Amino acid sequence: MPATITGEIVEETIRQALPRFGIDASQLTRATTFEELDLDSLDIAELSQIIEDDFGIRVAGDDLDALSSIGDTIDLVLSRAP
Amino acid sequence: MSDPRDGVVVTGVGAVTPLGVGARTLHERWLAGHSGIEAGAGAAREFDAAEHLSVKETRRADRFAQLALVAGDEALADAGWSRDDLPYDPARIGVVVGTGFGGIGTLERGRDAFDRHGARRVPPLSVPLLMCNAAPAALSLRYGLRGNSYATLSACAAGAHAIGQSLRMIQAGEADAVVTGGAEASLSPLIRAMFAAMDALSECGVSRPFDVRRDGFVMGEGAAILVLEDAGKAAARGATVLAHVRGYGACSDAHHLTAPDAGGAGASLAISRALDDAGATPSQVVYVNAHGTSTPLNDRAETEAIKAALGERAAAVPVSSTKSAIGHLLGAAGAVEAVATLLALRERMAPPTLGHEQPDDGLDLDYVPGVAKPLPPADGGRPLALSNSFGFGGHNVVLAFG
Repeated sequence: MPATITGEIVEETIRQALPRFGIDASQLTRATTFEELDLDSLDIAELSQIIEDDFGIRVAGDDLDALSSIGDTIDLVLSRAP
Repeated sequence: MSDPRDGVVVTGVGAVTPLGVGARTLHERWLAGHSGIEAGAGAAREFDAAEHLSVKETRRADRFAQLALVAGDEALADAGWSRDDLPYDPARIGVVVGTGFGGIGTLERGRDAFDRHGARRVPPLSVPLLMCNAAPAALSLRYGLRGNSYATLSACAAGAHAIGQSLRMIQAGEADAVVTGGAEASLSPLIRAMFAAMDALSECGVSRPFDVRRDGFVMGEGAAILVLEDAGKAAARGATVLAHVRGYGACSDAHHLTAPDAGGAGASLAISRALDDAGATPSQVVYVNAHGTSTPLNDRAETEAIKAALGERAAAVPVSSTKSAIGHLLGAAGAVEAVATLLALRERMAPPTLGHEQPDDGLDLDYVPGVAKPLPPADGGRPLALSNSFGFGGHNVVLAFG
C-alpha cells in the first residue's frame, strides 16, 4: 500500500489491472466509463477486489452500483483511503 | 430404403483431445496407432486457449468450457455455420453439453483463495465458471443460440446422454438443430487422488482395455461438439452429412453405485434399445466403439453385454476402445467417442485398441489389437456403428450411427 494515495496512483493501478480483463487501457482517462470499456458487473466486482487489496479499503455492493466511470472509482478510493 | 431426408444428421464435428486439436486429428492419429497418454494421464497438451480465444473469453470460462468453445468453433465451421449467418431461427437451435465435474479447477482455486485470504478474496467469477452448465451457456452466448440449452450429468455417460437428448429434441420438433457434446477438464491432483482412493485408476498408468493386465483407467481431458440437424432441413440447405444418428438407447443398472452388473444386463439392454430405436438388427452392426475403460470389471461386463445384445453377430464385429489412445475423458468421453465412431464408420476403418496384447479368459471378441483394420460389411441392411458409454451410478447410454 502506498504511503500517500493520490488520484494518479489509483488511476495507474486501474490502468495496470485492465489488460488482465482483455481491455486496452492506453486511452484511459477519468471520464472513461465502464460501459465504454465493456466492463460488466462481474468485472467491476473483480476490479474492486484489486483496489481493496492495493489500498486497504473496503468496497461494498452498494458502492459498486454507484460506480460508472474511472473517475467515480478514483474518487471512491480517495474518500475511503486511510 | 428410407428417405435420407428423414431423421437427424450430424453435419459438423469438433474435438480437442489428448491427441491434439481437431476431430480429424483425433481420428487420423488414433487410426495410425498414436497415443495421447503421457506419464499416466491424457492431458490436452496441444491446447492453448490463448491461440483460439480472446483474453476476455478465456477468463470468462473454466478450462472445461474453453475446450467446449474451441471444439464448438470447429464443429460449427465444419457444418458451414457462422455466428453472423446461422442457418435456422436461433430460437430453434438448442445446446446440450455434458460434463462430469464441470469447472472443478475453478472450485479448487476458489477454495485455495478462501483458505489463504478469507471469504472476501474468493474470485467473483467463481460461480459462473465452475457451474456444470457453463459449457452450454458459453456456446449459447458465443453464437446467439436461443433454443433450449442445458447440461447433462451422468458421470461418464454425460456426453452420450447429451447427444441422445439432442436427437430427441429434434425428433420432438422442438428444435431444428442442436449443438451438443461433452467437456471435461478435471485432471487435478485432487480428483486423481480421489479416483485412486477408490482404486479406479491404473496404478501403472497404462490404458490397455480388454488385456489381462488391465488395472484401471487413465484419466484424460478434452471436449467434443457435434452439430445435429433435422435431416430434411439440412438437405434443403445443402449441408454435407457426416452420419445419421439412427438410434439412442438408455437405461440404468440399479445394481451398485460404481460397479457394473457383472453380466452386463444394463449395458446389454441399452444396446438393444439403441438397435430397436434405429429399427435395426444386430446383423447390421459393423463396429462397436466400446466404453472400454481398462478396468477389470467394466471390460468383462461390457464384453458380456455385447455378446448378449448382438448374439452371433458379436464375434464378427470389431470392438475397439478410444480410451486406449486418450484415456478416460469422463463427461466428455461419450461425445469424443461418438465423433471417433462416426468418423470410423465414414472411413470404414476400425481404429485399434492400443496396448491390447494379452487376452483374458472369456474376453474373446475382436478388440482390434494394436493395428487398425477395415470394417466388415453389414450382413444385410444399412451398416451401423455403436458407441457405448456407461457411467458411475449405473447410467447406460448407447448411440447408433449409420
